[in-house]
Amino acid sequence: MSLKILAIDDSRTMRNLLRATLCPAGFDVDIAEDGEDGLKRFDETDPDIVITDINMPRLDGFGFIEAARQRKRNRVVPILVLSTESGDDMKARARASGASGWIVKPFDEEKLLWAIERVAQKG
Amino acid sequence: MSGADKEDIRSSLFEECEELLEATQDGLNAMADDPEDAEAINIVFRAVHSIKGGAGAFGLEAVVDFAHKFESALDTLRSGQADLTDDVIDLLRHCGDNLADLVDNARNGDNASIASSKQLEERLLEITGDLEQDDLPEFNPITISLDADPLSDVGPSRYTIEIEAKPALFSGGNEPAALFMALRRLGDVEVRASLDAVRPLSDLDVRACAITWQITLTTAGSEADIKEVFEFVEDCCELTIALEDTDDPAEQIAKVGSDLSALGDRDVPAIPSLSDLVQDVDEEKAKKEEKPSAGAAMPKAQAARTDASSKAKSSSTIRVDLDRIDKLINLVGELVIKEAMLSQSIDELDVARGSSVSASLDSLKQIASEIQEAVMAIRAQPVKPMFQRMARIVREAASATGKRVRFVTIGDYTEVDKTVIERLVDPLTHMIRNAVDHGLERPEDRKAAGKPQEGTITLSAAHRSGRVVIEVVVAGGGINRDFVRNLAMERGLISEADTLAPNEIDNLLFMPGFSSKAEVSELSGRGVGLDVVRSAIQKLGGRVAIHSDPGEGATFSISLPLTLAVLEGMVVDVGGETMVVPISSVQETLSPTRNDLDTLGVDSVVLRNRGELVPVIDLGAYFGFRTAPSTLEDHVLLLIASDQGPRYALVVDAIQDQRQVVIKSLETNYQQISGVAAATILGDGRIALIIDADTIMRDLGSSGPGDKQMKMAG
Repeated sequence: MSLKILAIDDSRTMRNLLRATLCPAGFDVDIAEDGEDGLKRFDETDPDIVITDINMPRLDGFGFIEAARQRKRNRVVPILVLSTESGDDMKARARASGASGWIVKPFDEEKLLWAIERVAQKG
Repeated sequence: MSGADKEDIRSSLFEECEELLEATQDGLNAMADDPEDAEAINIVFRAVHSIKGGAGAFGLEAVVDFAHKFESALDTLRSGQADLTDDVIDLLRHCGDNLADLVDNARNGDNASIASSKQLEERLLEITGDLEQDDLPEFNPITISLDADPLSDVGPSRYTIEIEAKPALFSGGNEPAALFMALRRLGDVEVRASLDAVRPLSDLDVRACAITWQITLTTAGSEADIKEVFEFVEDCCELTIALEDTDDPAEQIAKVGSDLSALGDRDVPAIPSLSDLVQDVDEEKAKKEEKPSAGAAMPKAQAARTDASSKAKSSSTIRVDLDRIDKLINLVGELVIKEAMLSQSIDELDVARGSSVSASLDSLKQIASEIQEAVMAIRAQPVKPMFQRMARIVREAASATGKRVRFVTIGDYTEVDKTVIERLVDPLTHMIRNAVDHGLERPEDRKAAGKPQEGTITLSAAHRSGRVVIEVVVAGGGINRDFVRNLAMERGLISEADTLAPNEIDNLLFMPGFSSKAEVSELSGRGVGLDVVRSAIQKLGGRVAIHSDPGEGATFSISLPLTLAVLEGMVVDVGGETMVVPISSVQETLSPTRNDLDTLGVDSVVLRNRGELVPVIDLGAYFGFRTAPSTLEDHVLLLIASDQGPRYALVVDAIQDQRQVVIKSLETNYQQISGVAAATILGDGRIALIIDADTIMRDLGSSGPGDKQMKMAG
């Protein structure tokens, strides 16, 4: 069975890009528009991996991770953050919030899949 | 990702950018209203940030560069490191406009930076100062490409990698197994797990991972490549990477297996379950603490709530080619016509009322009209984006003329047909420019008149009786009627002897030839007068009217049909022809008695109505179907109200019906005819012309007898 990815981004273009990149790569892609929406989808679809943007209305990426990490799950779901920053600062913040890894925007297909590969075993 | 996909996403990027630019404008407005509004600046920041992100993915460098600097300034303001003064807001607005220009250029394939960016960037730098480097690291766009290859071409070497995971590695959702699998990209991987430190189950500390791994990697890659694999976990594990020497440390390691897939089958807790353990521990800890409900139960309750509400909101959209919608609208139009034809045929068959045929027909009618409304709604869009464009026009016009303008919009979410909105942009732009240039006084004059230096222009939209009314209210000096009158005389539009009512003087502004290049200032000039504005609006089936109070200001109101596809019309008989009069122009219908009518001159007739004398025009004679009837008692009069002038009465033989008719353009199928707005197809398949009530009045106004009648009524 293919891995289920929940992608959270408030930008439609980004969501489309994520979907267009991940679907052909054999992932099952679910999409959410912001952190709140992401939490809902997270609860509903029980994804194998989450990719989330940081800057979002309602609930930002860090807020999402914090809430998601408190959810009762029989496993810790890998969460990758999408960020336009690449500094150590961002990495430390991502780490502290409970993220598993990060993808620096703008991402290409290779970069995205490579990040996923490092946090999850395919199939 | 296929090329078509990419193209699709690219076009969706520009659509989204429009929305984001709209959000930027909204946010800036909110910031201007309340500089303390933290969410407003966040909205702007996020919008600009998203534009940057999207543009970056498509290599739109000019957009990315500018958005980045814009964003940095916003971030500085957001963190309170610089003050949000009026000047700054003004600068941000200019930046918003500039960003919109850059996006526009990029859409047209022009990726070059524009001169205005540089200037604005310099001013933005005054806000950010040297904070730039600290706040936002340089943004290096990487465009979409598929040629990335993490491996370089160096001869293979063997590395020994030892990894010891801290609990944080698991609680952060990382997975050693995934990392080992990922390592296989670099070359041959052999993993051994050391279980030496694993304690007996009785005193196992499940939070700590007692297993360490030793990996032998044969790779052409460098140490940096290996480090990259472990990038995500570098601060939550002990990692040593060494070029392998001859000593085999395997003796110290219990051989669990060389293949990771074998790990899962062992009695030893398989790797994936380690993270499970950590989670369980956390929960147990939470339970042990005295507030069990806070830790474990809450999220569950929350989850249940969100589950319930999640079904409600799933407003997804699809993109549809406009042509398809237009085709649908045309087909629905045909459906309505056919339905009318069927209805007429059934009437002719003389079917009993209440029979199943007429009941079905009624529900068919109902459904047809619902489909029609639903289809029209697809084309309806809020006027907001157009209003925002006008806000920009106001800003530009204000800075060009040195006037200070407060621009207020009302009814941004009023929905109007897309085509109507598109075609309204030009005339409205012109009116707004005019309003700033001619409508508002200079700040010093305003001060002298005891008014605030800032003049207000209000743009509003509202639905009113089946039409949309757009008003431009200029709180300025109003129309200088003496000036207008003199100018009109100079241009030979009126003679000195003409006595004109105030309203008629105001309407001179719309006369062709009233404004000319020489006279109008550089800004609103362009050789276009308000007459062009009026004809553009009339082409949309709209009307424009003017109302002015000297010293107070002026109001221009544009009244437009909600759609260009159907029209509520009164079907009338005139001299054996069937015609349609738009119901929006008909104020009243009446059968005149002899007492209501007076003869004026040789062949002019006026109607006494509500204390006014209203000119009477025979519709048949106007179109040359017949000569005007000598007696009107057995005819019907339609009182036509017009925005542009006095009322008049149209003579017709009889009223057949009042119904929605589908508009078929005469211009696209034949040519424009004065007095005729369009045509329609009736239930019996015949074509009926839809009259243009305003033109009829104007045509008569310029001819001899009509002119006299008009003035009497005015």
